[in-house]
Amino acid sequence: MTRVCVVGCGAVGSLFAAHLGTLDDVEVWAYDVVADHVAAINESGLRLTGRADVLAKVNARTQASEIPPCEFGIVATKSMYTADAIAAAAPIFADGAVCSVQNGVGNEELIAEHVPRVMRGTTFPAGRVTAPGVVQMDTAGDTWIGPFEDRPASMEEVERLADAMTRGGMPTKALADARGAQWTKLIFNAASNPLGALTALTQGRLCEFAPTRALISGIVAEGVAVAAALGITLDSDPEALVDHSAEVAYDHRASMLQDALAHRRTEIEALNGGIVRFGSENGIPTPLNEAVLALILGMERAWTSQPEGEH
Amino acid sequence: MIERVCVIGAGTIGSLLAAHLATVCEVSVLTRREEHAAMLREQGLRVSGKHELTASLHATADAAELGDFDVGIFACKALDLESSAARLAGRAPAATMMTVQNGLGAEDVVARHGQWPIISAVTFMSGIRHSDAHVEYELDTATWMGPWAQTKTPYSSVAELAELIISSGLEAEPMPDLLPAQWSKLIFNSAINTVAAMTMLPHVALFAKEDEFGDLGRLVHGLIDEGVAVAGAAGVTLHDDPWQMNVLAVARGETANSDYAHRPSMLEDVLTQRPTEVEFITGALVREAGRLGVPAPLSTAMYRLVRAREASWQLGSPSEAVLS
Repeated sequence: MTRVCVVGCGAVGSLFAAHLGTLDDVEVWAYDVVADHVAAINESGLRLTGRADVLAKVNARTQASEIPPCEFGIVATKSMYTADAIAAAAPIFADGAVCSVQNGVGNEELIAEHVPRVMRGTTFPAGRVTAPGVVQMDTAGDTWIGPFEDRPASMEEVERLADAMTRGGMPTKALADARGAQWTKLIFNAASNPLGALTALTQGRLCEFAPTRALISGIVAEGVAVAAALGITLDSDPEALVDHSAEVAYDHRASMLQDALAHRRTEIEALNGGIVRFGSENGIPTPLNEAVLALILGMERAWTSQPEGEH
Repeated sequence: MIERVCVIGAGTIGSLLAAHLATVCEVSVLTRREEHAAMLREQGLRVSGKHELTASLHATADAAELGDFDVGIFACKALDLESSAARLAGRAPAATMMTVQNGLGAEDVVARHGQWPIISAVTFMSGIRHSDAHVEYELDTATWMGPWAQTKTPYSSVAELAELIISSGLEAEPMPDLLPAQWSKLIFNSAINTVAAMTMLPHVALFAKEDEFGDLGRLVHGLIDEGVAVAGAAGVTLHDDPWQMNVLAVARGETANSDYAHRPSMLEDVLTQRPTEVEFITGALVREAGRLGVPAPLSTAMYRLVRAREASWQLGSPSEAVLS
């Protein structure tokens, strides 16, 4: 029996936890701070609806100290909570391999401060929590995982985890170098997500309105230059991903636009902030990514610093 | 001798000018809406805040009812200038006209509708419009004025009008060449207005903070540096360093307090989903940059973002919720 613990059992974490929970040879644990979600999972199981129809047994806890040692971890928190979550969950993985499936870059570095072996991961499936214990899967898709260079999990571990995820219904590829997949998604997200939040245009409109399409290309070009300086080979052209997204997700509101509508903190630091940071360390200028970073941080400040109802 | 002034457009700036000038000369106001003119005729125009006064003045929404006048001041928004100037075509042939619009190009618009000598102006005063007949005088900063070179306006006309404005209680400064001041304000305005409009932040201290990646002041400084390079390529020596203007503005007592920070007009426009002046401000700057071959990627990005936000209102996107 392989024990896996999902850290951060929100929408994406639940997709992994529930699918893995259908396997006979995997025991799934989940660490999450949302008490009613955790209680519902323990009482009735974790249910997936939408693109999946799954009811799985998952052992959920709000206290990491109640979770037994696990061979594998899957970190799926929003990127701004990575440091706190992995610090609390670290004892679970004293001899484990932990994989990030989060947005952006920089999460693996934070995880590596607390656990012995780390995997770099990128995932496309998405969904949302519709009720405690219930997650609607909106998007299916692939996941790519590989050893994190600074503190690598073994390739054998990467392959075992990918195999379990795939058998559970989350198709996953084990790669010796998972940076290309991660940076391709990073660059795509950094170019489209914040522009959705800033302009309130849907994905399709962002792409067909010439001024924003040109701005997207400028932001993509900076990200591509940083990836090249890091020696990363992208696994596809982010420009093509942008065009594709306009077709298949015309009316989609970027997740950061949804964050903006709800006045929630965004993941901008792990997206454009990551490109700016890696660019600066490698001497690649990223003025447009930094502009977008500053505007979104300013927008977050506007939600918190002004009296309710003033606007 | 200036005896009769016509103020075209009675928004915040037009109302402040008209009410003060009415204390020292005969003032008529040309409004867009007749009920606005009627209210001004009946109630007069009240100023509160830095000054307290109620001025009686002529007001009409029909340009044909305007008598002759010596000076016309176009105080409407840049977006309304073309239609306002067209309404004045053929009238007051001996008058001198002044433009106070944000951005570049206002003088050219007016010149297409008449042979009047033109005075260029930029104004730093600000106010809050409480109603059609009541405006609060907020920042008592100056209006800078200069002769527009293309119409060979004599400097003496500028000096005379500045003196009249000063005698009415407002601040004004005549200059032989306004371009250095006009460009200082253009560069300052382009950066502050677009950043405020996209972040929803009033002009707070964050606009001058540039310690770390993502600090808003770094973006504002980058935008200003681009504008300064464009001005340099255009042969303009700036009157003020726009970055210092920004630092001073956020350090002033009333704007350093985020509860009472100045909201740039483009932020007000975005909050109420009105068309902004981005074409005349950042659009003008980006076009000048293109003409002169100066790179302006950040200004271009801000111009595109504001245009996209405007487009979202037409498309029925959920922008109102973003702003709430």
